[in-house]
Amino acid sequence: MEKGSFEVKVGLAEMLKGGVIMDVTTAEQAKIAEDAGAVSVMALERIPADIRADGGIARMSSPQVINEIQENVSIPVMAKCRIGHFAEAQILESLGVDFVDESEVLTPADEHNHIDKHAFKVPFVCGCRDLGEALRRIGEGAAMIRTKGEAGSGNIVEAVRHMRQVQKDIRSLTVLSEDELMARSKELGAPYSLVKQVAKLGKLPVPNFAAGGIATPADSSLMMQLGAETVFVGSGIFKSEDPPARAKAIVSAITHFDDPAKLAEVSYGLQTAMKGLDMAEIPEDQRMQERGW
Amino acid sequence: MKRVGVLGLQGAYAKHAAVLQRLDIQSIDVRSRNDLDKCEGLIIPGGESTTMTKLIEENDLYDAIIQFAEENPIFGTCAGMILMATHVEDDRVKTLNLIDITVDRNAYGRQVDSFVNELDVRTDGESFTMRCVFIRAPRIAELGDGVEVLASIDDEPVLVRQGHHLAAAFHPELTSETRIHSYFLTLKREMSIA
Repeated sequence: MEKGSFEVKVGLAEMLKGGVIMDVTTAEQAKIAEDAGAVSVMALERIPADIRADGGIARMSSPQVINEIQENVSIPVMAKCRIGHFAEAQILESLGVDFVDESEVLTPADEHNHIDKHAFKVPFVCGCRDLGEALRRIGEGAAMIRTKGEAGSGNIVEAVRHMRQVQKDIRSLTVLSEDELMARSKELGAPYSLVKQVAKLGKLPVPNFAAGGIATPADSSLMMQLGAETVFVGSGIFKSEDPPARAKAIVSAITHFDDPAKLAEVSYGLQTAMKGLDMAEIPEDQRMQERGW
Repeated sequence: MKRVGVLGLQGAYAKHAAVLQRLDIQSIDVRSRNDLDKCEGLIIPGGESTTMTKLIEENDLYDAIIQFAEENPIFGTCAGMILMATHVEDDRVKTLNLIDITVDRNAYGRQVDSFVNELDVRTDGESFTMRCVFIRAPRIAELGDGVEVLASIDDEPVLVRQGHHLAAAFHPELTSETRIHSYFLTLKREMSIA
């Protein structure tokens, strides 16, 4: 019997497709998320919009909070650790979390190295802005990729930019001839074996989800139509005026992402979405997407 | 020719569609009663059974699937198996009562306990060994009369059939395996001959 293999890690990511992964900071929020139909919850200390507003160092959630969340919901529980902070990841693995997000939303612990994710039994998800970054993370052992967007902004523009970039990079690989792939691999800064695989498959070898700025059912549909296999929603739910109703509407929007009439129906009667930030209001050195490489 | 439906509310439905495609069977993503009318068999994929419970009810599919199941075969994997059971110890999940089994959710542990195992499978005329992927898998705790066991781990059943319905605790759609799906399609043929 084999446990913790790459196949089993990607297997869980496959099961999460078409579901919504919601950021939660307490067991109570986790319960609201599960009741609304979330497919998984992501435990973190503070939601991205608050991390942005409060400043300071953002770290892994406390083990106590993670345990409380695990005891209160039956869906998979994910948790974030800092980029390069393998000790936080080891602790999360020992707590039995189902997925670790090595996340740019928390303050990075290592500016040069990401975690060697092959060394763990627990699967990892990592953010990316383009294909090179996605393949570097998969090379390190990530079993799921999410485009970064700009967390806590309530603004979909960066999520769209990153998803379009990844899809464009993939499409352009598929038309290259075999003898052009090594040069492209060098440009992308990505492992040659993975570049060859993507050129052949026409898609990433692991599920590709979207994150960072999703606030409405329409945002969710947009990301799905651009090629996301599902979405992470962070601040968009618990920073809105009606978290349970909005959470439920986003769950339905993912199922019916290509049915505008249904999307109109699920959006009907929702209260105000989170206020959000224009990118011009976020100085470049405060953009979370710049963390990691 | 009518098509095999894959319940496309949430989960690994695209993987099942890919297996059917390898077997030259047309599939359709089922998200409404209307979609169901176009099918002559239905696969309920893996995913989260709590999420699928909500989406089945919201899309008015609960009674529709039960009615469809009287005439047509259904195959559930993992969360799909949970939904097909007669009983599950969790009021977050509303089952369809299609196979007489009692199921415990996530009974083999959390994701770090997910595993791959080689298992012997016995279908009607055939027996073979295959790699089976178990992800936060459910366990069949009780088995009713008339439920046939086609594969087990130690003494615990993981692939069962009752009448024209089939359920697996594991994920044949995650490997290159097509034999379980082929077997499911024969259940379909037996039905249409009868």
